[in-house]
Amino acid sequence: MLTIEDADIIQGLRRGDESVFVSLFDGYQNSLLRLALMYATDQRLAEEIVQETWLAVLKGIHRFEGRSALKTWIYSILINRAKTVAQREGRYNNLTLSLDEQTESNEPSVPVDRFHPDDDHPYPHHWLNGPSDWGELPEEKLLSDETQKVILAAIDGLSPNQREIITLRDIEMLSSEEACNILGISESNQRVLLHRARAKVRQALEEYLER
Amino acid sequence: MDEHDLTCQELVELVTDYLEGALPEKQFKRFEQHLSGCHDCHHYFDQMRYTIRLVGRLSESHLSSGAKDELLSLFRDWKKELPEQEKPENLEE
Repeated sequence: MLTIEDADIIQGLRRGDESVFVSLFDGYQNSLLRLALMYATDQRLAEEIVQETWLAVLKGIHRFEGRSALKTWIYSILINRAKTVAQREGRYNNLTLSLDEQTESNEPSVPVDRFHPDDDHPYPHHWLNGPSDWGELPEEKLLSDETQKVILAAIDGLSPNQREIITLRDIEMLSSEEACNILGISESNQRVLLHRARAKVRQALEEYLER
Repeated sequence: MDEHDLTCQELVELVTDYLEGALPEKQFKRFEQHLSGCHDCHHYFDQMRYTIRLVGRLSESHLSSGAKDELLSLFRDWKKELPEQEKPENLEE
Protein backbone atom coordinates (compact mmCIF):
# COMPACT_ATOMS: atom_id res chain seq x y z
CA MET A 1 0.00 0.00 0.00
CA LEU A 2 1.23 3.45 -0.88
CA THR A 3 2.01 6.17 1.61
CA ILE A 4 0.20 9.46 1.12
CA GLU A 5 3.52 11.01 0.25
CA ASP A 6 4.17 8.45 -2.50
CA ALA A 7 0.64 8.89 -3.82
CA ASP A 8 1.17 12.68 -4.04
CA ILE A 9 4.42 12.22 -5.93
CA ILE A 10 2.83 9.79 -8.37
CA GLN A 11 -0.11 12.09 -9.04
CA GLY A 12 2.26 15.01 -9.46
CA LEU A 13 4.32 13.12 -12.01
CA ARG A 14 1.26 12.00 -13.90
CA ARG A 15 0.18 15.63 -14.17
CA GLY A 16 3.64 16.47 -15.48
CA ASP A 17 4.49 18.69 -12.49
CA GLU A 18 8.13 19.57 -12.95
CA SER A 19 8.75 20.61 -9.34
CA VAL A 20 7.62 17.16 -8.19
CA PHE A 21 10.01 15.57 -10.63
CA VAL A 22 12.88 17.82 -9.54
CA SER A 23 12.43 17.02 -5.88
CA LEU A 24 12.22 13.31 -6.64
CA PHE A 25 15.39 13.62 -8.69
CA ASP A 26 17.20 15.51 -5.94
CA GLY A 27 16.17 12.95 -3.37
CA TYR A 28 17.21 9.90 -5.35
CA GLN A 29 19.94 10.82 -7.80
CA ASN A 30 22.83 10.29 -5.39
CA SER A 31 21.57 6.89 -4.24
CA LEU A 32 20.81 5.74 -7.77
CA LEU A 33 24.23 6.74 -8.97
CA ARG A 34 25.90 4.98 -6.07
CA LEU A 35 23.91 1.83 -6.78
CA ALA A 36 24.67 1.98 -10.49
CA LEU A 37 28.37 2.35 -9.75
CA MET A 38 28.21 -0.94 -7.94
CA TYR A 39 27.56 -2.68 -11.25
CA ALA A 40 29.20 -0.41 -13.77
CA THR A 41 32.75 0.42 -12.87
CA ASP A 42 32.92 3.64 -14.80
CA GLN A 43 31.05 6.81 -14.08
CA ARG A 44 29.86 7.36 -17.64
CA LEU A 45 28.11 4.01 -17.81
CA ALA A 46 26.62 4.50 -14.35
CA GLU A 47 25.20 7.89 -15.36
CA GLU A 48 23.70 6.26 -18.44
CA ILE A 49 22.00 3.59 -16.33
CA VAL A 50 20.57 6.22 -13.99
CA GLN A 51 19.33 8.32 -16.88
CA GLU A 52 17.59 5.30 -18.41
CA THR A 53 16.07 4.54 -15.02
CA TRP A 54 14.51 8.00 -14.83
CA LEU A 55 13.09 7.65 -18.31
CA ALA A 56 11.66 4.25 -17.40
CA VAL A 57 10.10 5.82 -14.29
CA LEU A 58 8.40 8.48 -16.41
CA LYS A 59 7.27 5.98 -19.02
CA GLY A 60 5.97 3.59 -16.39
CA ILE A 61 4.36 6.03 -13.96
CA HIS A 62 0.92 5.79 -15.52
CA ARG A 63 0.99 2.03 -15.25
CA PHE A 64 2.52 1.91 -11.76
CA GLU A 65 -0.05 0.21 -9.57
CA GLY A 66 1.49 0.90 -6.21
CA ARG A 67 1.87 -2.72 -5.20
CA SER A 68 5.27 -1.78 -3.84
CA ALA A 69 6.57 1.46 -2.39
CA LEU A 70 7.75 4.00 -4.92
CA LYS A 71 11.32 3.66 -3.68
CA THR A 72 11.29 -0.12 -4.11
CA TRP A 73 9.93 0.28 -7.60
CA ILE A 74 12.54 2.84 -8.66
CA TYR A 75 15.41 0.82 -7.17
CA SER A 76 14.17 -2.33 -8.89
CA ILE A 77 14.13 -0.58 -12.25
CA LEU A 78 17.66 0.65 -11.68
CA ILE A 79 19.04 -2.67 -10.53
CA ASN A 80 17.47 -4.63 -13.37
CA ARG A 81 18.75 -2.11 -15.85
CA ALA A 82 22.20 -2.08 -14.26
CA LYS A 83 22.47 -5.85 -14.29
CA THR A 84 21.54 -6.04 -17.95
CA VAL A 85 24.06 -3.39 -18.89
CA ALA A 86 26.80 -4.82 -16.70
CA GLN A 87 26.23 -8.29 -18.11
CA ARG A 88 26.40 -6.93 -21.61
CA GLU A 89 29.68 -5.27 -20.73
CA GLY A 90 30.90 -8.47 -19.12
CA ARG A 91 31.30 -6.84 -15.74
CA TYR A 92 28.80 -8.78 -13.82
CA ASN A 93 28.17 -12.41 -14.44
CA ASN A 94 27.17 -13.71 -11.09
CA LEU A 95 23.47 -13.05 -11.00
CA THR A 96 22.27 -15.98 -9.01
CA LEU A 97 23.78 -17.67 -6.03
CA SER A 98 26.66 -19.61 -7.46
CA LEU A 99 27.98 -22.78 -5.95
CA ASP A 100 30.95 -20.77 -4.76
CA GLU A 101 28.72 -18.46 -2.90
CA GLN A 102 26.81 -21.28 -1.29
CA THR A 103 30.00 -22.78 0.07
CA GLU A 104 31.12 -19.32 0.96
CA SER A 105 28.15 -19.04 3.29
CA ASN A 106 29.76 -21.74 5.40
CA GLU A 107 32.89 -19.69 5.63
CA PRO A 108 33.36 -18.47 9.22
CA SER A 109 32.77 -14.84 10.19
CA VAL A 110 36.02 -14.89 12.12
CA PRO A 111 39.01 -17.06 11.16
CA VAL A 112 38.99 -20.31 13.14
CA ASP A 113 42.48 -19.71 14.47
CA ARG A 114 41.15 -16.86 16.57
CA PHE A 115 39.44 -19.44 18.82
CA HIS A 116 40.58 -22.23 21.10
CA PRO A 117 40.23 -25.46 19.19
CA ASP A 118 37.86 -28.11 20.43
CA ASP A 119 38.64 -29.85 23.74
CA ASP A 120 41.87 -27.97 24.17
CA HIS A 121 40.59 -25.62 26.80
CA PRO A 122 38.22 -25.49 29.75
CA TYR A 123 36.14 -23.14 27.55
CA PRO A 124 36.29 -24.68 24.08
CA HIS A 125 35.78 -22.27 21.17
CA HIS A 126 36.50 -19.28 23.37
CA TRP A 127 38.49 -16.41 21.88
CA LEU A 128 42.25 -16.90 21.84
CA ASN A 129 43.03 -13.26 21.28
CA GLY A 130 39.81 -11.39 21.70
CA PRO A 131 38.71 -8.36 19.69
CA SER A 132 39.73 -4.99 21.07
CA ASP A 133 37.50 -2.18 22.24
CA TRP A 134 37.08 0.24 19.33
CA GLY A 135 35.49 2.65 21.76
CA GLU A 136 39.03 3.40 22.92
CA LEU A 137 40.19 4.43 19.48
CA PRO A 138 40.25 8.14 18.69
CA GLU A 139 37.02 9.17 16.97
CA GLU A 140 39.07 10.99 14.27
CA LYS A 141 40.63 7.72 13.26
CA LEU A 142 37.29 5.91 12.99
CA LEU A 143 35.81 8.74 10.97
CA SER A 144 38.84 9.47 8.80
CA ASP A 145 38.85 9.43 5.00
CA GLU A 146 41.40 6.67 5.18
CA THR A 147 38.96 4.49 7.14
CA GLN A 148 36.28 5.22 4.54
CA LYS A 149 38.67 4.07 1.82
CA VAL A 150 39.33 0.84 3.69
CA ILE A 151 35.57 0.24 3.89
CA LEU A 152 35.04 1.02 0.21
CA ALA A 153 37.84 -1.34 -0.78
CA ALA A 154 36.40 -4.07 1.45
CA ILE A 155 32.94 -3.65 -0.10
CA ASP A 156 34.50 -3.72 -3.53
CA GLY A 157 36.11 -7.05 -2.70
CA LEU A 158 32.81 -8.70 -1.74
CA SER A 159 30.91 -11.04 -4.02
CA PRO A 160 28.28 -9.22 -6.14
CA ASN A 161 25.42 -10.58 -4.03
CA GLN A 162 27.04 -9.52 -0.78
CA ARG A 163 27.84 -6.11 -2.23
CA GLU A 164 24.25 -5.60 -3.32
CA ILE A 165 22.82 -6.43 0.01
CA ILE A 166 25.20 -4.40 2.18
CA THR A 167 24.68 -1.42 -0.13
CA LEU A 168 20.90 -1.62 0.02
CA ARG A 169 20.71 -2.34 3.73
CA ASP A 170 23.57 -0.50 5.38
CA ILE A 171 24.22 2.37 2.98
CA GLU A 172 20.78 3.02 1.49
CA MET A 173 19.10 1.97 4.76
CA LEU A 174 16.37 -0.10 3.14
CA SER A 175 14.41 -2.50 5.32
CA SER A 176 15.11 -6.20 4.87
CA GLU A 177 11.67 -6.57 3.31
CA GLU A 178 12.38 -3.88 0.73
CA ALA A 179 15.80 -5.32 -0.06
CA CYS A 180 14.38 -8.84 -0.45
CA ASN A 181 11.68 -7.56 -2.79
CA ILE A 182 14.15 -5.72 -4.95
CA LEU A 183 16.62 -8.57 -5.18
CA GLY A 184 14.08 -11.37 -5.21
CA ILE A 185 15.74 -13.32 -2.41
CA SER A 186 14.41 -14.83 0.82
CA GLU A 187 14.81 -13.16 4.21
CA SER A 188 17.08 -15.92 5.47
CA ASN A 189 19.25 -15.78 2.38
CA GLN A 190 19.41 -12.04 2.77
CA ARG A 191 20.60 -12.34 6.37
CA VAL A 192 23.33 -14.82 5.46
CA LEU A 193 24.64 -12.54 2.71
CA LEU A 194 24.40 -9.45 4.89
CA HIS A 195 26.19 -11.12 7.76
CA ARG A 196 29.01 -12.36 5.51
CA ALA A 197 29.37 -8.90 4.03
CA ARG A 198 29.45 -7.14 7.40
CA ALA A 199 31.85 -9.70 8.85
CA LYS A 200 34.28 -9.14 5.99
CA VAL A 201 34.12 -5.38 6.28
CA ARG A 202 34.65 -5.68 10.04
CA GLN A 203 37.69 -7.82 9.47
CA ALA A 204 39.16 -5.33 7.01
CA LEU A 205 38.54 -2.56 9.52
CA GLU A 206 40.15 -4.55 12.31
CA GLU A 207 43.24 -5.17 10.20
CA TYR A 208 43.48 -1.49 9.39
CA LEU A 209 42.56 0.04 12.74
CA GLU A 210 44.69 -2.21 14.87
CA ARG A 211 47.82 -2.51 12.81
CA MET B 1 21.43 -26.28 17.86
CA ASP B 2 21.10 -28.14 21.12
CA GLU B 3 20.70 -26.88 24.66
CA HIS B 4 24.31 -26.12 25.57
CA ASP B 5 25.46 -22.56 26.19
CA LEU B 6 26.59 -20.65 23.15
CA THR B 7 30.31 -20.62 22.50
CA CYS B 8 32.12 -17.50 21.31
CA GLN B 9 32.67 -19.11 17.95
CA GLU B 10 28.95 -19.70 17.60
CA LEU B 11 27.97 -16.26 18.80
CA VAL B 12 29.94 -14.42 16.12
CA GLU B 13 27.82 -16.13 13.47
CA LEU B 14 24.56 -14.94 14.99
CA VAL B 15 25.11 -11.20 15.31
CA THR B 16 23.11 -10.20 12.22
CA ASP B 17 20.30 -12.63 13.05
CA TYR B 18 20.22 -11.09 16.52
CA LEU B 19 20.17 -7.51 15.23
CA GLU B 20 17.46 -8.39 12.71
CA GLY B 21 15.30 -9.90 15.41
CA ALA B 22 15.45 -13.25 13.65
CA LEU B 23 16.63 -15.44 16.50
CA PRO B 24 14.12 -17.81 18.09
CA GLU B 25 13.39 -16.90 21.68
CA LYS B 26 15.62 -19.51 23.31
CA GLN B 27 18.52 -18.66 21.11
CA PHE B 28 17.93 -14.96 21.71
CA LYS B 29 18.18 -15.49 25.46
CA ARG B 30 21.34 -17.55 25.13
CA PHE B 31 22.83 -14.85 22.93
CA GLU B 32 22.14 -12.11 25.46
CA GLN B 33 23.28 -14.26 28.33
CA HIS B 34 26.60 -14.98 26.66
CA LEU B 35 27.07 -11.36 25.64
CA SER B 36 26.51 -10.05 29.13
CA GLY B 37 29.17 -12.36 30.56
CA CYS B 38 31.84 -12.28 27.86
CA HIS B 39 34.04 -9.21 27.34
CA ASP B 40 35.55 -10.49 24.11
CA CYS B 41 32.21 -11.16 22.49
CA HIS B 42 30.94 -7.85 23.74
CA HIS B 43 33.81 -6.17 21.93
CA TYR B 44 33.11 -8.21 18.81
CA PHE B 45 29.46 -7.23 18.94
CA ASP B 46 30.41 -3.57 19.34
CA GLN B 47 32.83 -3.84 16.43
CA MET B 48 30.02 -5.13 14.23
CA ARG B 49 27.85 -2.21 15.29
CA TYR B 50 30.69 0.23 14.57
CA THR B 51 31.10 -1.43 11.19
CA ILE B 52 27.42 -0.95 10.33
CA ARG B 53 27.56 2.68 11.48
CA LEU B 54 30.73 3.40 9.50
CA VAL B 55 29.40 1.71 6.35
CA GLY B 56 26.29 3.87 6.74
CA ARG B 57 28.40 7.02 6.57
CA LEU B 58 29.11 6.23 2.92
CA SER B 59 25.60 7.48 2.19
CA GLU B 60 26.80 10.99 3.09
CA SER B 61 29.30 11.07 0.26
CA HIS B 62 27.96 13.19 -2.52
CA LEU B 63 28.52 12.05 -6.06
CA SER B 64 28.68 14.71 -8.67
CA SER B 65 26.37 14.28 -11.56
CA GLY B 66 25.89 16.49 -14.57
CA ALA B 67 22.73 14.72 -15.56
CA LYS B 68 20.09 17.08 -14.24
CA ASP B 69 19.80 19.55 -17.10
CA GLU B 70 19.66 16.88 -19.73
CA LEU B 71 17.09 14.96 -17.76
CA LEU B 72 14.93 18.03 -17.27
CA SER B 73 14.77 18.60 -20.98
CA LEU B 74 13.80 14.95 -21.44
CA PHE B 75 11.13 15.49 -18.79
CA ARG B 76 9.71 18.44 -20.73
CA ASP B 77 9.61 16.37 -23.91
CA TRP B 78 7.85 13.61 -22.05
CA LYS B 79 5.37 16.09 -20.59
CA LYS B 80 4.35 17.33 -24.03
CA GLU B 81 3.11 13.89 -24.87
CA LEU B 82 0.94 13.61 -21.79
CA PRO B 83 -2.80 13.38 -22.43
CA GLU B 84 -4.50 16.77 -22.12
CA GLN B 85 -6.40 16.24 -18.91
CA GLU B 86 -5.22 13.66 -16.47
CA LYS B 87 -8.13 12.11 -14.58
CA PRO B 88 -7.68 12.36 -10.83
CA GLU B 89 -7.20 8.88 -9.45
CA ASN B 90 -7.50 7.60 -5.99
CA LEU B 91 -4.19 5.98 -5.22
CA GLU B 92 -4.63 5.49 -1.53
CA GLU B 93 -6.85 2.47 -1.83
